[in-house]
Amino acid sequence: MDNMTNKVWVYIDHFKGNAVLTSWEAVGAAKVLASQLGTGVTALIFGSGVEGLAQQAFSYGVDAIKLCDNATLADFRVEPYAALLSKLADEGKPDVILAATTPRGRDVFATSAVDLNTGVIADATVLEANDGLVRVTRPVYAGKLSSTVVCKDKRPQMITLRARAFTAPEPDGSRSGEIEQVAPVLAEDAISTKVVDYAIEENRVSLDSAKIIVSGGRGVGGPEGFEPVRELAEAFGGALGASRAAVDAGWIPYAHQVGQTGKVVSPDLYVACGISGAIQHLVGMRTAKVIVAINKDAEASIFRNVHYGVVGDLFKIVPAVTAEVKKRRGS
Amino acid sequence: MNIVVCVKQTPDTAATLALKDGHVAWGDSPMIVNPWDEYAVEEALRLKEKHGGKVTVLFMGPENAREALKACLALGCDEAILVSDPALKGSDALATSYALSMAIAKIGDVDMVLTGRQAVDGDTGLVPAQIARHLKWTALTYVSKIAALDPNAKTIKVERMLDEGKQVCAGKLPAVVSVVKGINEPRYPSFMGIRRAGKIAIPVWKAADLGLDAARIGFAGSAVTWPEIRAIPPRAISCQMIAGDTPEEIAVKLVDKLMAEQVI
Repeated sequence: MDNMTNKVWVYIDHFKGNAVLTSWEAVGAAKVLASQLGTGVTALIFGSGVEGLAQQAFSYGVDAIKLCDNATLADFRVEPYAALLSKLADEGKPDVILAATTPRGRDVFATSAVDLNTGVIADATVLEANDGLVRVTRPVYAGKLSSTVVCKDKRPQMITLRARAFTAPEPDGSRSGEIEQVAPVLAEDAISTKVVDYAIEENRVSLDSAKIIVSGGRGVGGPEGFEPVRELAEAFGGALGASRAAVDAGWIPYAHQVGQTGKVVSPDLYVACGISGAIQHLVGMRTAKVIVAINKDAEASIFRNVHYGVVGDLFKIVPAVTAEVKKRRGS
Repeated sequence: MNIVVCVKQTPDTAATLALKDGHVAWGDSPMIVNPWDEYAVEEALRLKEKHGGKVTVLFMGPENAREALKACLALGCDEAILVSDPALKGSDALATSYALSMAIAKIGDVDMVLTGRQAVDGDTGLVPAQIARHLKWTALTYVSKIAALDPNAKTIKVERMLDEGKQVCAGKLPAVVSVVKGINEPRYPSFMGIRRAGKIAIPVWKAADLGLDAARIGFAGSAVTWPEIRAIPPRAISCQMIAGDTPEEIAVKLVDKLMAEQVI
């Protein structure tokens, strides 16, 4: 299928050439939609030095790629990325464009949708296609309720996908396809922002895509109380989370907050250490496959919302679990 | 600095939500300023204290929804404007951002629009970038710090919170800046502020006052509709307590369970 006729597109969100995992989950969702709609999948890859991403996208099963590799796109900036996305969508008239729900994904879709006079549906957890219309399920009120959303008449239907809600295809390095090189729309002097610097935390596991999250709450008692919690997260190869109480106390940066005004996460395993279980926290993690709570207060409401509970001193229990995990993993 | 803060009035985050005839109901829970917008209001007040100028708070919603605007006036915002018209009912992010951008244009001579990263009810997070696009201004989203601001040179430098860490980004004013929690510690209203807020008249701007194109607002002008809102059935979950004589014994039992669940 050639590049012009594919009606399902996927915008590949990446940071410095490393795709976020949800971009590949979006390819999986796009392939399902494309087969329902009788079309193929085109991936959009914008950046600088991102040829490697093209090969990766083919391995996940996209049929074609529109690639813009240009110095003005080295850092994600919404103006040049959105201008390019708008131009390509205006010319190619896709029915659907998918992307990961990340700050970049939301911004580029929101901005292009104004150019294209169409709608964006953010943070989808289920997609169902019927007669060219995608019915989207998305959580609202931080997942307290769920809504069905459609973009009925306007096109393209621009949809961002929640992390871990869709399955990435098995990559196959033998696949390939057609790459169309496209030119950027904006010259550097037409762009009003410049990226000056980054402060990237090494080895940080993103809460959105983490399979395992270990979180600390008021019960950790202070910044140093997060150490055993962090050690357990590291032993699992997971991410470190926190309750709002711990963030508001200044013990840990806001980027770690799980809950209604933080991240809403859906890992395989969520371990809540010293977290009492306020509703605003519960809505942020209750779709986790397995939830464990460790708390010294047997009456804490968290125990009504978890699969396994341990009543005890987290400073004794958590290090023991860390040691046991390391022992089983042979490290 | 002429600053506009866009806020949204939302149900309290502790509210128990229920569905009544397909509409969301939150019982007796109070309406609050969207928590993320509180940080935008605080940042606006701090910028005004540093650079002078005026802070106008803007809210689009039902005619009788004044709680959020009053709360912002009590904190020290100078003026409040309610954009309200039955014709706006059903507006999606595209239509909402269009209406707000027209209101910002009507306020006139604005240097910066501040807003929260998203609202806790719809959770779309689209409106800040869309307001910027309608106005053809700079968009700086997920801002965790305004590192530098020069109102005369019309330049701004911010730190943005990305999933990968912090990004330092420089841009030009006028700009739409959406903020995250952590950018500041919002103040509480003073008694004087609450008294003063009670005396400030809140003008209501209708669609016609803003010259809004009827085809771009409300149900007619919205690309996205939400035909159905459902309650999420409560998850049947029962807690299995794990006990033991020593932390080590508990750890062994717990890790056994987690391995049996195939989550580690």
